[in-house]
Amino acid sequence: MSLSEQQVTQIAYLARLSLSDDELQDNTKDLNAILGLAEELGAIETDNIEPMAHPLHMTQRLRKDVVTEGDQSDLFQSIAPKTGNKHYLVPTVIE
Amino acid sequence: MEWETVIGLEIHAQLSTKSKIFSSASTQFGQAPNSQACAVDLGLPGVLPVLNVEAVNKAIKFGLAVNAHINQRNIFDRKNYFYPDLPKGYQISQMDLPIVGKGEIEISVGEMTKVVGVTRAHLEEDAGKSVHDMFNEFSAIDLNRAGTPLLEIVSEPDMRSAKEAVAYAKKIHALVQYIDICDGNMQEGSFRCDANVSIRPMGQTELGTRAELKNINSFKFLERAINLEVERQQDILEEGGSVVQETRLYDAVKHETRSMRSKEEANDYRYFPDPDLLPVEISDELLDSIKADLPELPVQKKARFVTDLGLNEYDADVLTSQKSLADYFETMLDGNEKNAKLCANWVMGELSASLNKNQLDIENSPISANDLSQLIARIGDDTISGKIAKDVFKAMWDGEGSADEIIKSKGLKQVTDMGAIEAIIDEIIANNAPQVEQFKSGNEKILGFFVGQAMKASQGKANPKLLNQLLREKLS
Repeated sequence: MSLSEQQVTQIAYLARLSLSDDELQDNTKDLNAILGLAEELGAIETDNIEPMAHPLHMTQRLRKDVVTEGDQSDLFQSIAPKTGNKHYLVPTVIE
Repeated sequence: MEWETVIGLEIHAQLSTKSKIFSSASTQFGQAPNSQACAVDLGLPGVLPVLNVEAVNKAIKFGLAVNAHINQRNIFDRKNYFYPDLPKGYQISQMDLPIVGKGEIEISVGEMTKVVGVTRAHLEEDAGKSVHDMFNEFSAIDLNRAGTPLLEIVSEPDMRSAKEAVAYAKKIHALVQYIDICDGNMQEGSFRCDANVSIRPMGQTELGTRAELKNINSFKFLERAINLEVERQQDILEEGGSVVQETRLYDAVKHETRSMRSKEEANDYRYFPDPDLLPVEISDELLDSIKADLPELPVQKKARFVTDLGLNEYDADVLTSQKSLADYFETMLDGNEKNAKLCANWVMGELSASLNKNQLDIENSPISANDLSQLIARIGDDTISGKIAKDVFKAMWDGEGSADEIIKSKGLKQVTDMGAIEAIIDEIIANNAPQVEQFKSGNEKILGFFVGQAMKASQGKANPKLLNQLLREKLS
């Protein structure tokens, strides 16, 4: 599998990165080199192996449904770039 | 050309847990902005999600209620996208191994019943809320809802009309309330529907290109939005164009759908297993204990109403269509079971009509189930006629007291005294010789005239059965 420059442009857009033409070429080359490395894994026979979801052979511990967190919004909002009316403020986004 | 509509629904049901799916912050609705968004919900560095056992239990309950396969090993994945109300930059969801696998549910539209497949149901966290009209140059973010547990219920594309889609949505809506996993409040967003709509030439098996309709917050809008979308797609295809796969937002005020995301900007969610969460294992013991604790499901209740109470299919279906309605009806039955059919008629007739007229839910009915039950008992034991009962009902609705109190204070008790009724009949017969002649010469219909006169004379209080019987005796 290898990526075209067009696909890298799309990935860059999704990651909100703006790439110059040189950077696009370099990144495409680098990404394809990495994918080539990963491709070597394809040589291994995996048909009868269950996909691994986590490296630890353990299962999820569950939490009781109890509310223990109080209102710490003042503390949390003190480190936010901008707040107003108890809301976090961000540049206008309307989709 | 004749077109066939194909609809699949994605329903997001907020699970009614006290705390969030991965944090111990409260899920209560309507609190001060951000007062219930803790460090985990905000995605601050160093925090770890810990799964809420109740969210798991409620998802299993749903799975069992739709006869689904429960994946006893299931996995959480990260769904990556950028939006300010999603602070981590990803939503924790389930992709390859959801908790609930394939199931099914039966719906009915008019006389027709059909089975709709449930493809899957998975656990995920809700996002926060963005407010765009509070500040001029900013969007305001309230993260109280972030991390609220959701069960996303995905149907097969089995529905063929907006009516079927609504019937399915209502069935799921009723079910989640029956099994007490979601409050079903659509205004507060606890139960949300997205519809995938496509059309294809009648007879074609291949699916057409679909559009996903979002922002639908009532069953009425669901039906309208789908019908609108079907018309839009028909217009495009009949003019030789092609439908674009996209997300469209339904605007209830303007009654239109408009494109929300264009194809070029389509997100690639880059799903991968969340390394912060281990696979969930559900033991056989847990599964068995949840199965044992499952309440009576609507379909079982309906069957019981038909076999044990002798109701017809239609009545049983209507009465079990909402848990609150079924609860009300069953409270009425307490000690009044022999009048089950009468109870059913009154709940579906007089009560429902009055509730609709006043735009009230049955939970807010001014007449309690016990009070209405008393009224039905009085019809059942011939204290009052069905006709007088309607007047009593109205007085009860207006808060004038219980059925017995109103019957007593207004003197509405039926006249069952033979002598009193006979006296009335004798007088009517004496004053209406021509009508008596007509009856005697075989005009059966004229009997109604005598009944009417007698009812009038008794101010509606004569026992109709007795009256009819005595009239016939005296006239012949």
